[in-house]
Amino acid sequence: MSYYNQIRVLVWKDLASEFRSKEMLNSMLIFALLTTVIFSFAFDPEADTVKKVFPGVIWVALCFAGILGLNRSFQGEKSNDCFMGLLLCTPDPGVVYLGKLFSNLIFMLIIELISLPILFLLFDYRLQGSLGWLVLVIALGTWGFIAIGTFLSALAMNTKNSELLLPVILFPLLIPLLIAAVKATGLILGGGDFASWSNWLGIICSFDLIFTVVSWFLFDYVLEV
Amino acid sequence: MLKAKGIVKQVGPKTILQGINLEIRAGECVAILGPNGAGKSTLLKILATLMKPSAGIVYLDGKDAWKSPEQVRGNIGLISHQSLLYDNLTARENLLFYGKMLGLNDLDQRVSQLLKEVGLLLSANEQVRNFSRGMQQRLALARAILHNPPLLFLDEPFTGLDQQGIGLLNNLIGQAKTKGTTLIMVTHSFEEGLAFSDRVLVLNKGGLVYTGETKELTITGLRDLYCEKTGVKTS
Repeated sequence: MSYYNQIRVLVWKDLASEFRSKEMLNSMLIFALLTTVIFSFAFDPEADTVKKVFPGVIWVALCFAGILGLNRSFQGEKSNDCFMGLLLCTPDPGVVYLGKLFSNLIFMLIIELISLPILFLLFDYRLQGSLGWLVLVIALGTWGFIAIGTFLSALAMNTKNSELLLPVILFPLLIPLLIAAVKATGLILGGGDFASWSNWLGIICSFDLIFTVVSWFLFDYVLEV
Repeated sequence: MLKAKGIVKQVGPKTILQGINLEIRAGECVAILGPNGAGKSTLLKILATLMKPSAGIVYLDGKDAWKSPEQVRGNIGLISHQSLLYDNLTARENLLFYGKMLGLNDLDQRVSQLLKEVGLLLSANEQVRNFSRGMQQRLALARAILHNPPLLFLDEPFTGLDQQGIGLLNNLIGQAKTKGTTLIMVTHSFEEGLAFSDRVLVLNKGGLVYTGETKELTITGLRDLYCEKTGVKTS
């Protein structure tokens, strides 16, 4: 079976399994909404500080909700030793990485689709820049987060305190991505022109490319740990 | 069919397998016995290409298993004491998923036929999480033989099976032997080892301490030999 078809089947399996149980989606969504509500209480919507903290609030809510999802990403494979069965079906473990990456990305985009409009409503924030660019930056930032997160969640899968270990090893690696994503998001929200945030977009794209390719190549070795 | 040369597996400072050499002919049925911690399951995983050895080579049909996994893995079936099934998918979806991943043709027909054979056709659209342990193991049997693998690994396959499952597994092993499938079974049971295999291997502390034809052995003889080679007394 072709590489592409194996990835497609793997994504179908993850979506079918998750939409039936909704365990991961529910926990991610509830966490994202709770974070949003707590932040909306913490900051006065009319104050100028909101403009400064809003991009950070967006990425904090998304990252913490995402961590919850990533922690559960390989749990389904771990129970009943399904991962062994999966490896026997595919000569290249890179298929498993890409399949999981796309599944996690879809779950994350669903959460963003629901939680971001609520975030804008609760903060009464009016977008001054282009919605298209904002969507692009958030999508690319999410891709980078999921690319490295999926890789590390596989690494943490067989450890005792995987739920603790994952954020500890993930967040230091995410620092360049998060800085770039928060800066680019802030500039787009404030109506900045393309030139003012294009460098940050470049960093996000480079991060995405490097960590996707490296994780894909190294995935085979992660399974040996 | 399968040849292992100098298989060593080291995890940290611990040596789990120390230089295993073995050769298994096509159509042969081999039982691997040994006390807990002897390295049986690790050896099985290495032979099944699920774990890389620290040193040594595994050849399947003359091909280095780790150099050409795409030519090897599709020929392997695995029955484990774990079901390798997804709880949130239905029985049919589980088989369809594995079948699609393996790129099988006429999958719907094959899945229905297997579900009927293992007595789960009426429960085909129920989620596996609602299945009893016995039903899950029967479905696991169907999963393992979905692609008619010429090489079947069995890791303590009778664990958790109900009476119907035991009957099915006995039939499956019998049919596989008739078809010329190579069977490699890890077990703690001398009875199963003798009943289903042509040859018995005994592992102890990561080393292969005995290999012999089962036709030359009786249960008592095997127990005595096992005790002598491993130092573990059996009742």
